[in-house]
Amino acid sequence: MSRAQKRKLGQIALAAGIFVAGLLMPEGYVQLVLFFAAYLLVGFGVLKEALSNIFRGQVFDENFLMSIATIGAFAIGEYPEGVFVMLFAQLGEFFEHYAVNRSRASITEMMNIQPESANVYRQGELITVEPEEVEVGEIILVAPGEKVPLDGVIIEGASSLDTKALTGEAMPRAVYEGDEVVSGCINQNGSLKIRVSKVYSDSTVAKILELVENAASQKAPTERFITRFARYYTPAVVISALALAFVPPIFVGFEHFSEWFRRALIFLVISCPCALVISVPLGFFSGIGAAAKEGIMIKGSNYLEVLAKCRTAVFDKTGTLSQGEFAIEQILPQKGDEAELLELAAWAECYSSHPLAEAIRKEYGQNIDSNIISENEELPGLGVKTVAKGKTIYAGNIKLMHSLNLNPEELAATAVYLAADGEYLGVISFNDALKSEAKEAIKLLESLGVKDSAVLSGDKKAVAVQAAEELGIKRVYSELMPADKVEIFAELKKEYEQKGSIIYTGDGINDAPVLALADCGIAMGAMGSDAAVEAADIVIMDDDIRKIPLAVALAKRTAFIVRSNIVFALGVKGVFLILTAFGISNMWEAVFADVGVSVIAIANSMRLLNIKKLKDKIINPN
Amino acid sequence: MKKTFKMQNLDCANCAAKMEQAIQKIPGVISANISFMTQKLTLEYDESKEAEILAEAKKACQKVDRACSIL
Repeated sequence: MSRAQKRKLGQIALAAGIFVAGLLMPEGYVQLVLFFAAYLLVGFGVLKEALSNIFRGQVFDENFLMSIATIGAFAIGEYPEGVFVMLFAQLGEFFEHYAVNRSRASITEMMNIQPESANVYRQGELITVEPEEVEVGEIILVAPGEKVPLDGVIIEGASSLDTKALTGEAMPRAVYEGDEVVSGCINQNGSLKIRVSKVYSDSTVAKILELVENAASQKAPTERFITRFARYYTPAVVISALALAFVPPIFVGFEHFSEWFRRALIFLVISCPCALVISVPLGFFSGIGAAAKEGIMIKGSNYLEVLAKCRTAVFDKTGTLSQGEFAIEQILPQKGDEAELLELAAWAECYSSHPLAEAIRKEYGQNIDSNIISENEELPGLGVKTVAKGKTIYAGNIKLMHSLNLNPEELAATAVYLAADGEYLGVISFNDALKSEAKEAIKLLESLGVKDSAVLSGDKKAVAVQAAEELGIKRVYSELMPADKVEIFAELKKEYEQKGSIIYTGDGINDAPVLALADCGIAMGAMGSDAAVEAADIVIMDDDIRKIPLAVALAKRTAFIVRSNIVFALGVKGVFLILTAFGISNMWEAVFADVGVSVIAIANSMRLLNIKKLKDKIINPN
Repeated sequence: MKKTFKMQNLDCANCAAKMEQAIQKIPGVISANISFMTQKLTLEYDESKEAEILAEAKKACQKVDRACSIL
């Protein structure tokens, strides 16, 4: 709580004390003086503001309405009511500010990932500069406890990195020489020397800050509705109040004018829309803030509403549902043993940077003496030709085999075929393992009402179909070029958009056009890929695909709370206006109907900040 | 041109809505969006009239709430 807030709270408490003392007094001047003191103490600011607003032509302002209602109450002799209305309204406003500040603070907390400085080696000296001043290729030193200021590659040292602020993941990540690190992580225990690979403005931390800062700049339709509603609500209630004060007396006579006047004042008390208007953006904002803490960045509250209505989910396969890394599945030698074939393959692929070559070398696990390789040639679109220990080895796809006049049986899976000295030796097949959480995530989505899902993949048909089957996804489109993905997605969208919104999840490298086409595009594993951050509407910082059902569940909860707040607040106000018109209410109750309802609605919205329960259900069910 | 401005002392959501509406009516403004929660004004406007538009926008905000200002 800030000092100004504390002072305000003290003021309200003091005024309340004086007011209660006044209530305990017998009727008379002393009581009136106490009431008046309490009223001025808590309401002076409101009266002053109201007066100055009138001069600036702001009539239907809440200060003005409160002033008229309370002064009116005094005019008809309802002193305690007048004081109480002011007191309670101020208390409500105090609570409002407190709630708004708290939820603003939770987003500001996210901003703590901003690095203040970078230690860079220049001319053999270590100097401290602003992160913006460091250039690509320079070497920086990150000491334990410091934030990694720029994206880069570790050239010396090992440590564990705390990525919680970026991904919501509590487990620190171990990093070693040669690993890529992203800015915004906190270096926990070892010193790291890092070669910078991106300037600050392109680094992960700058991209995320931009994202967080602009969160909530796009408003949800509900948010627009409520502000439009407020524009008409206040004038309508005020005009009704005037009508209530003067129209009935014309017909039934002015001897009961003070009663009609009293009813009109009650109308004024409940005519302020501010609290109702606040609970809606506050709800969305809390939803966005809670998601951000889990490493789910949502670019606007409109996407929360889209996600809440999500009915169809389309996924990219490689890197989204699968790990995006190849591992050897089977080694099938024509004769001889597996280790031998693997060794030949490792020799053949010793210089290639192809992901399959990397997987082979990883599986082989031994250093290859470059002296045994006497010749190495890349055969574009086919594979490689390598001469090692006098053997001419060919490693590549089925076309390479055909070009050598060999006709081995073609496997359904991704595979590298090997031949040496004109003889077919065997084949190594690979798979890109599905993420262990993928199946669970699809199931969770289904339970959340995302009834249909589909996979778009650039992979071979057999591979894509098998992956989809394993995950329980019925529709599969395979062997797609990026342009085909757009076309198929557009068709799916046409087919399903009647039923609800359609989301697309990709890892963002070549998915940008589809991400843009979707009602809501989600980019996965965005740490380090800026194309994704720009194209998507929602960015999931790490690779955990269960964050998608978490985001959907959170969006549904947000939409529900926001909607129930609107129904509740409008309902109570509506009922109360009717009761008042018929004279079955008093000012005490009016204040409850106005301030009480808004406090409840705000508290309800604030609940969204705490998503532990939701997270436990989806991410850690045990 | 689209630009984002930080706002100070934006205390009431309804005021934010009123300001947004008033700013939208300023000639030369293509779109205006005030986010109450992040206290930011996103303005899309005719660059050639930048100075007048900003002055008008500030006036519009202060008309609704004296304490509120655009930075």
